[in-house]
Amino acid sequence: MSNLPANLRYAESHEWVLDHKDGTVTVGITDHAQQALGDVVFVELPEVGAALTKGQEFGVIESVKAASDLYSPVAGEVIEVNEALEDAPETVNDAPYEGGWIMKVRLDSDTIDGLLDADAYQATLSADE
Amino acid sequence: MSELKQTPLHALHLQLGAKMVPFAGYEMPVQYPLGVKKEHEHTRQKCGLFDVSHMGQISVSGNNVAEALETLIPADLVGLAKGAQRYGLFTSTEGGIIDDLMVVNAGDHFYLVVNAACKDQDLAHLRLNLASTHEVETLDRGLLALQGPQARDVMQRLCPEACELVFMQHGRFTIAGQEVWVSRSGYTGEDGFEISVAADACEAFAERLLAEPEVEAIGLGARDSLRLEAGLCLYGHDMDMQTTPVEAGLIWAIGKPRRHGGERAGGFPGADVILHQVDAKDHTRKRVGLLADGRAPVREGAQLVDEAGNEIGVVTSGSFGPSIGKPVAMGYVPRELEAPQSTVFAVVRGKQLPMVVTPMPFVKPGYYRG
Repeated sequence: MSNLPANLRYAESHEWVLDHKDGTVTVGITDHAQQALGDVVFVELPEVGAALTKGQEFGVIESVKAASDLYSPVAGEVIEVNEALEDAPETVNDAPYEGGWIMKVRLDSDTIDGLLDADAYQATLSADE
Repeated sequence: MSELKQTPLHALHLQLGAKMVPFAGYEMPVQYPLGVKKEHEHTRQKCGLFDVSHMGQISVSGNNVAEALETLIPADLVGLAKGAQRYGLFTSTEGGIIDDLMVVNAGDHFYLVVNAACKDQDLAHLRLNLASTHEVETLDRGLLALQGPQARDVMQRLCPEACELVFMQHGRFTIAGQEVWVSRSGYTGEDGFEISVAADACEAFAERLLAEPEVEAIGLGARDSLRLEAGLCLYGHDMDMQTTPVEAGLIWAIGKPRRHGGERAGGFPGADVILHQVDAKDHTRKRVGLLADGRAPVREGAQLVDEAGNEIGVVTSGSFGPSIGKPVAMGYVPRELEAPQSTVFAVVRGKQLPMVVTPMPFVKPGYYRG
């Protein structure tokens, strides 16, 4: 059973979004995603300043087993990336909702749309199983 | 998944919480709840137990078995002492590699362990060539690998006699009430044992080993990163029908007596091509070890290019090496770049990542040589 904080919003592609309510959000991958990936050994971070559309590929996360693409759950501009992951990519496994965050984005619009709450995301996981 | 075969340990894998994947026609554990990286580290530091029952175990018996097998395998098998094990290759008439295998002189027969994905074809190859003179039979046995620096401590408690084997020796022992065949070998670069057990006794035997405090069950994921760090080839990836033993860096698998000037020179499929390459060294490409500077893993299939971006080769195995903390790979490069410290570039997601040609194994082997 994976951990799904209620204050976050989720994409079906297994990213989470923390809305800071000031037009910016933090993005990472869910506990479910890090468990499925296994031991993360590398995160290819986006460039600060990159403009992302919703659903756009913005990076890659690699575990010992395989590489997985990351998809942006929001549209906006990358304003910060978690450089600590370059030296400690395993933080994504250890603390997916805290130290393992991946990027901060300034939203193109005022609101985040079309994302799931914890229960709805959990339902997509249950449907997979 | 219904058409996938199962090993005698299938139920035990499920009970241990393994994640099962299709591999070489079998449903196999890729990892247990510990995870690939910790399983890898556990094997390097303590002791891991691997189910390798999917591999083919074959007995060949009859008169002059060694001579007969030498017609298919370029190793020195006539010179293989009773109770000794040797690495071998089945070669094709074109000089390619049909499969790699372990060969044991078991006294009254020769015992072969071949790759799971190749075993039907290997059996057909043996029968086609040897069946009129020799008995070729598949053995209904499980195969377990107990690997790591503490494997000997575990074996010491269960069967001290088996600890007297040195690397690449083989013997029959009774362990936990079972007659087992043990060889001091493996596929991790560590000291350890490979243990062949009757299929119906395999599960109880594996549980007995797992009850030892040093032992954890290890899946195929860690098996792959362990063998890669140890510089060991994986058939179908690092060599195949289109690769000669010389290109694959496996000249050592061609016994001295089988080479030009030896007592039994040639006499195996593709000998003309292979022995020419052994002498002339005029092959164009060579398998090498590659270490990356950065952290991005370089995986199988990645193109290798020179600084200008011209394609020069390909990565045939690649992953993150948990014990060396860096991406580690092997691949083929032009012969002029086979020297250590040559720099090549791997193309990963459109970027050229520098990789340095590095002698293998990447980790110091722990083989017990007495």
